[in-house]
Parts: sequence; C-alpha cells; structure tokens
Amino acid sequence: MEKQAVDGARRAFNSGRSRPLQYRKQQLSALLRLIRERQAEIVSALKRDISRSEFDTPIFELIGIENDIKLAERNLADWMAPQPVKKTLLTITDDVYIKAEPLGVVLIIGAWNYPWSLTLRPLVGAIAAGNAAVVKPSEVSKSSASLLKELLPQYLDTEMYPVVTGGVPETQELLKQRFDHIFYTGNSTVGKLVMEAAARHLAPVTLELGGKSPCYIDKDCDIAVACRRITWGKFANCGQTCIAPDYILCHPNIQHRVIEEIRQTLLEFYGEDPKTSPDYGRIINQHHFDRLLALIEGCTVAVGGESDKSQCYITPTILKDVLPHARIMQEEIFGPVLPIVTAGDVNEVIRFINERPKPLALYVFSSNKKVVRRMLNETTSGGVLVNDVMVHYTINALPFGGVGNSGVGRYHGKHTFDQLSHHRACLIKSLAMERLNMARYPPMTPSRLRTSMFFLRSRSGSCDQALRAWAVVSSLLRYSDIIVICFG
Amino acid sequence: MSSFGVFEMESQRQIIERLRAAFQSGVTAPLQFRLTQLKSLLSLLEDNEPQILEALQKDLAKPKFEAVLSEIDMVVNDLCYTINSLPTWIQPSYVGKNLATKLDDCFVRREPLGVVLIIGAWNYPLQLILAPLIGAIAAGNCAILKPSEISRATERLLAQLIPKYLSQECFAVICGGAEETKSLLENRFDHIFYTGSQAVARSILQAAAVHLTPVTLELGGKCPCLIYGRLDMLAAAKRLVWSKFFNAGQSCVAPDYVLCTPEMREELLPAIAKALSIFYGSQPKQSEDFSRIVTDRHWDRLMALLGKTQGRVVMGGEGSKEDKYFAPTVVVDLDGSDALMQEEIFGPIMPILTIESLEQGITFINQREKPLALYVFSDESQVVNMVLERTSSGGFCSNDGIVHMTLPGLPFGGVGASGMGSYHGRWTFETFSHRRGCMLRGWGLERISMLRYPPYTESNLSWLRWATSAKKKSWGVCSVM
Repeated sequence: MEKQAVDGARRAFNSGRSRPLQYRKQQLSALLRLIRERQAEIVSALKRDISRSEFDTPIFELIGIENDIKLAERNLADWMAPQPVKKTLLTITDDVYIKAEPLGVVLIIGAWNYPWSLTLRPLVGAIAAGNAAVVKPSEVSKSSASLLKELLPQYLDTEMYPVVTGGVPETQELLKQRFDHIFYTGNSTVGKLVMEAAARHLAPVTLELGGKSPCYIDKDCDIAVACRRITWGKFANCGQTCIAPDYILCHPNIQHRVIEEIRQTLLEFYGEDPKTSPDYGRIINQHHFDRLLALIEGCTVAVGGESDKSQCYITPTILKDVLPHARIMQEEIFGPVLPIVTAGDVNEVIRFINERPKPLALYVFSSNKKVVRRMLNETTSGGVLVNDVMVHYTINALPFGGVGNSGVGRYHGKHTFDQLSHHRACLIKSLAMERLNMARYPPMTPSRLRTSMFFLRSRSGSCDQALRAWAVVSSLLRYSDIIVICFG
Repeated sequence: MSSFGVFEMESQRQIIERLRAAFQSGVTAPLQFRLTQLKSLLSLLEDNEPQILEALQKDLAKPKFEAVLSEIDMVVNDLCYTINSLPTWIQPSYVGKNLATKLDDCFVRREPLGVVLIIGAWNYPLQLILAPLIGAIAAGNCAILKPSEISRATERLLAQLIPKYLSQECFAVICGGAEETKSLLENRFDHIFYTGSQAVARSILQAAAVHLTPVTLELGGKCPCLIYGRLDMLAAAKRLVWSKFFNAGQSCVAPDYVLCTPEMREELLPAIAKALSIFYGSQPKQSEDFSRIVTDRHWDRLMALLGKTQGRVVMGGEGSKEDKYFAPTVVVDLDGSDALMQEEIFGPIMPILTIESLEQGITFINQREKPLALYVFSDESQVVNMVLERTSSGGFCSNDGIVHMTLPGLPFGGVGASGMGSYHGRWTFETFSHRRGCMLRGWGLERISMLRYPPYTESNLSWLRWATSAKKKSWGVCSVM
C-alpha cells in the first residue's frame, strides 16, 4: 500500500506535470481553499485530538500555512527564474546562473502537536518547488490524520500528493522506499532512525526536532511583561510545542517574583480552575500524561501539580529550585510543567546552556543590551528570541530549524522552497572564441601557463573592478589575435 | 595509528576533545582570527609551491600545468575571494521589516557549528581538502582534516605543513586508512564534509545519523556528454578531449561517456584524434602533459573494464603498469548494458554510444542516476535548453567541460546519487555555518500583545488574523503579537 503510493507519486512526477508554474499555483490555491473552506472541520478534529481551543487553531496552525501559500503564489515565478551570478574574466560572454529544480518525490512525516501546520507547510514548499510528495500525518493525532486523508484528495492531485496513514509499521515500510528528500518533524530518537533509513538511498533530510528550549529572565527586565509572555507561550497547546520555553533560568533573588507573576497571569488567562477554561488544552494521550507526572515527581511544586487521569488533564504547574540533574532536566518536557533553575549570573547561565545539547529556541528576557549581546554571541540555538517567546516562528522570512540535536535544515516561506529544490549550477557557453581557450590546452609552455593564470587569478580586491578592466583588455587581446592572424 | 597533533601519539579522541575545548573557548569566533588563519593558509601555498608540485607529481604524475591551475590556483583564488568577502558575509542579514515589525529587529546570524571533519579524496588531493577548509575556517569552526591515504605524498606534506601554518589548537590533520576513518567517525562532529565514492558515503551518512550530524557529500557518477545538432566539431572535440583526459580522466566532473548520432560520430572520431595529437603528440606516453593512474589497483580496474567491454577500441587501449600509464582510449559500438556503462570510469577511457534522436539521448540519461555534471555540445540553443529542462544533474555546462566548477559564484555539488550539499566561494562558508533566526522585541505595545492572550474572544481573534496574515500588497508578514 505504501509502495503503491510512492510508485504512483513517482510516476506522476516523471510525467512532468508538476513542473509548470501554472500547475504549482493551481495546487497551492486549491490547498488554500481547503484550509479556508474546511476550517470548521479542522477545528473539530483538533478539539478531539488535543482539546485545542478553537481560537488557537487559526493562529497557531492555519495562518502560517496561509501565509506560506500566499508568499509562494506571489513570488513563485521569481523563485523559479534563473539567478545569475558573478562571472569571471573567461566567462564574461557566457550565461552563468543557478536554477532551482524539483528534486522528485519528497516524503513528509508530520507530528501530532500541530498536525496541520507541521504537515502542510512542508507540503507547500514541496509543491512550490515542483515535487511530488507523499504525506504521512502522525497517527497520534488520529482525527486530524483521517480528516487529512479524506480532504487532501478532494482538492489536490491525488496521484502526485498521496496521503498515507498508519503507525510505526507503515512508517517503517515507507522509509524502505526511495525518496529524493525526507522531511521529518518529531523527536531526536526517531530523527536518527529517519536519517539512517535515508542514508541507504543517499537521500538528504530535513529534521525538525526539539530539545529543551531555555528561557533566561535577567534581573534587569520588565518581569511582569516577561512572565505574561512566557506564560502564554508555555501553556498554549498545553505546553506541547517544540519551541515552548522548556525551563526558566533566573537569579535566586527574583525566583519568587517570577512565580507570583506567572501565577497571577495564569489566573487571568484560565481562571481559578483551568480545567473548566475552554482555552486550556489537554495532554495528547495516556502515555504522555504518565510521562509528565513521572517528571514532576521529586520536585518542589510552587504552583499547580494537580491532574486528572480520566481527562489527561494536568493543571499549569511551576516547579521551583529545580536541580540541574533532576530527571525533568534531562528530557524535553513537552507539557504544562515549568521548572525554574536558579543561576547566579550571566556567566553561569551561558555555561549551563552550552553544556547541554543545542536547543531549537533560546529565549532571553533582558533590557540590558550587553547581556543580550553576550547571549547572542556566546551561545547557539536553532533560533533566538529576545523579550518574547515563540513569535519568531511567525516571520516566514526567518529560517526556522534546529542545529545539532535540535535538527538539520530549515524551512518556512522561501526557505522551504529552497530546501526542497536542487540549485543547479549552469554555465551556458558557445563554441566560439576558441582562441581564448587555447591558453589552457596542452602542450604546455611557460607563456601559455602565464596567460591562463592571468585570466583565472582573482587576487585583486574588487571583482567588479577587475572585471571591468579586463573586459576592455580581453577585447583588445581578441582584437590583437585577429591582427596577429592577419599579419602574423 | 598515525596522527599528527601537537602532542606525539595523541589519540583521535584526545585531538577531538582538544579542538572542542578550543572551540568552546571562543578563540575561532573573532573575524580577526579567521582572517589570520586564512592568510596563513595562503602563505602555506605561496611558500611551498615547489614541494606541492613535487608531491602531486609523485602521487599522480600530475603535469605542472594541471597542478598549478586545478590545485594550487583554485585554492588560492577561493582564499582571496573569501578573505576579501568575509567581513561582509559574517554580517547579520536583516529580513522583512514592515509597518508592524518596525519596532522589532529580525535578522539571520551566521554562526559556527563547532568541530567539523573534512575527508579528502586522492584525485585532487590538495584542492578537495583545502577548499572545504577555507569555508570551515571562514565560518569560525575548528576542523580535522583527513586527507586520502592513497595520495600518500600529498597526505604527508599536508600533515607536515598544516601544523606549521595554522593554529594547532584549532586544526589538526589525522592520517590513516579505512580503519582510522571508521574509528574517527564514531566520534561526534558538528558537520562532516566528504568527497569520494557512493559506497563509502552511505556508511558516512549512517555514522552521522547516530549523532544527527549534517553532512555534505561530494560524490560522483557517470557524467553524460551529449553532442547533437549543428556545431563546430573540432572546437567541441578539443574541449571534450581536454575535459575528459585532464588528470588522465580522474576527475569527478570529467565527461564519463558520449552520446551522439552515428553520423556525428563519423565527424567526431577524427576530430578527437586530431585534438589528442595536438595536445599530447603522437606518443602520449612521452608527453609531459598527460598524467598517470593513481595506483596499480586502479590501473588494473581500468584494464579489466577494457577487457570486459563488448565495444570496439578505436583509439588507445594500451598501457604500461610499471609507470601506471594508460593511453587515451576511445571505445565505440557499445550499449547501455556494457561493462563500461555500469560504474563511473574515472580514467582515460571514452565510450561513445550512438543515439537516433535527442529524445532517445535524454531518455537514456534520465534512466540513470542523476550525475554530478551534465554536458551538451551544440550550437543550437533549443537543443541545449531541451536537455537542460528535461534532465537533472549537480551542475550543467554547455559547450565545455569541467570549467563550471571553477566559477566562485556557482555552488558546486551533486543531487541524488551524486551527492548532497554544495560548496565553493560563499557556498562553503554557508555550508559550515548555522543560520540562526533572531528576533529582538521591545517591551512596548503590550496592549497589542494582549490580543493574543486568553481568555480568547472572537473579536481578538479577528484582529489578530488581520494583523498577522500576509497582505495583498507588499506588506509581507506582519507580526503584531
């Protein structure tokens, strides 16, 4: 079944119909219609899957897809056009450019926490780049997976973009097939398996993974605003966001204030009993619910800590004075539990962050430019956001992706198009001007070598100046060749 | 185990740990450090040209001309270009600021990855290891070089010279064969850059998967050369012969085989013969400008291929094992199932296959793995365009061979089985950098931020949607969150 889908997609790709600009735009606008026309059904599916608030869905999932589609529709002709590059002296009359080309058949493996965005945004790029794509939504978000399987064929070219549903065995079967690129969003463990499977066919991969995204609150900042923004980012989707602030680092002296500000904000957002708030979600399933409760064990609960197994409900929880070696600090939390680790100064914070795997996102709250500069210069992460959380995700001009353990590759906006294209280097020459070429042919003489080196060397400062100067000289040389032929 | 580090008999692990500590200390980050190292590398090449030429002569009998142009000068050019451009490249690039994000700063920083591993190849033993190193240094990384053990003289020279010119804290050369490479790959690197064969590439990717290490693979394959339509046959033959027999055919971008109609083949063969005689004389073995095969084993492989072919040898075919000379050879009357068409030739054997039409030629090419380079010789632009549109390859060059990889503005790399990633010029710098998306917000406009907070309301939602969706005109993406 999986093999059939892949073979069909390859046949469709080989037919060449996914290449023309018109086709790509058509498919993209059909995808846009899907999102707009079927929003109500998507919202219900997400409610069933993850108790997602109907207000979170457009903002967190659908707008990103829409923006990517609109950006591609507006700019696709430009993206597909050859991009000329700087020439050298010998190629001054040639056409030199880079041309974006489709790769072929792309496999897109989605995740369960934002099942629409994380599956369809890569698809937007795949379509824009002229590829076929096999879409494998996460089986954990069951309703979304089956809705996608039902809806996509109603809007898109079914053969070109088949949806394959299923669990681990189906995914493994898919990974045995040959793809021209594999785009995976999920955790590092499976990410390694995907990369290993891709290695067999020498397929390139994009891995959008996760990790523990640190959130540093400096003494010198607007703590109230900081805490409000952090609370919003941490507890949206019940903490199940790859770029949620995973844990807080702050000076022991402000820990209490931070806890109080967050507690106050939680009241404003979700009321006395978040369980009854329509805006507060649930944990996706029992397995993750149990995992999170185990992480809380042994830690000091400052706020929350209650849970209800029957609803997979965990109240927004803050843990204080968490030790670096605590279990909760060893894995990505991915839930509504916020540990606070205290650190004496910025040096300690930087050291703490650098001792750990490179995170997907780093958050810094500070009004002190020096602190901000140090954090930017002395750490690394997929992305970094100062004085807010998560919203960098909405700027599709920024490349979104991890580094090290948090991932390989990047996407959003044009970056997805680039990631799923082959940028082919093209040199279009003519057979004329053979005399200029003579210098490079054997048999070698010192003077021929000197001439070749003269033309190929780029020692002087500005390429432009050199080019202009030698455009003149090379014309003269050509002219002199003719003179030599006539009179030589 | 032969490793050359600061301390004698340092193990691989110790070298890697030392480099990692140096990286973490931040010493490679400043622009000044990077420029100093790059300029030192330039001095290494300028001060040691005779020794380099001698090593290349020993390894491949590389003619001085080829060695200067394709090894030393390529690296020198890339170095100069990088040194001049680096101050610009490391600047953050600002992105899409519009009305709503005027109070925010959004930019992309290029950051070093850490400790990278560069594995070289034997056919251009200097260029293929130093060109990646340029970008690794420029991007602020520490690097371990693992030159090919097959080009032994160059390996030894690099092991001797690199520690003399570059910071020994940050750059090391590790020598050895398959065993040493295997154990090296068990360590974690922040990027692995490999040039070589597909078979080894698979095991490198698998080793990289364990640590989620990104890789660049510069592989090979069979680069087709299509000759079709109206053209100046002698000019085409010269360029074809030059690119095919440069380095005795041992280039990843050498035209591997030729496709043309039977009529064109009649014109092509004498043109090739003429070009060969102009270039290498009547006795290529005596010509100083023709290289040798790198090892006995490779020479044997090529001879065996000739032995197995169903085709007819019309030029060359002879060789002498003592000096690893293999004559420029042309084979005709063979088809796609021939022994010469199953693997990358990587030697001075040129099979010429006939096709009835351009369509047939394109189909033939597309039935095979995507090559590193694809060549078309034709004066008819519609022929060139048709091949360009209907095929895929790492790079494409019409009416010449190899030279597209000398242009610093073009990314050099494969696609599909011919590789992943690209480099040269700025592309090497980008390969060894992490593009970090950065956003700096202020504290103000919290009233607008409040639109996004719970308790959620329909009216807040519709304001937010308006504010954050892309507009028809060139507002780009607004972020008023």
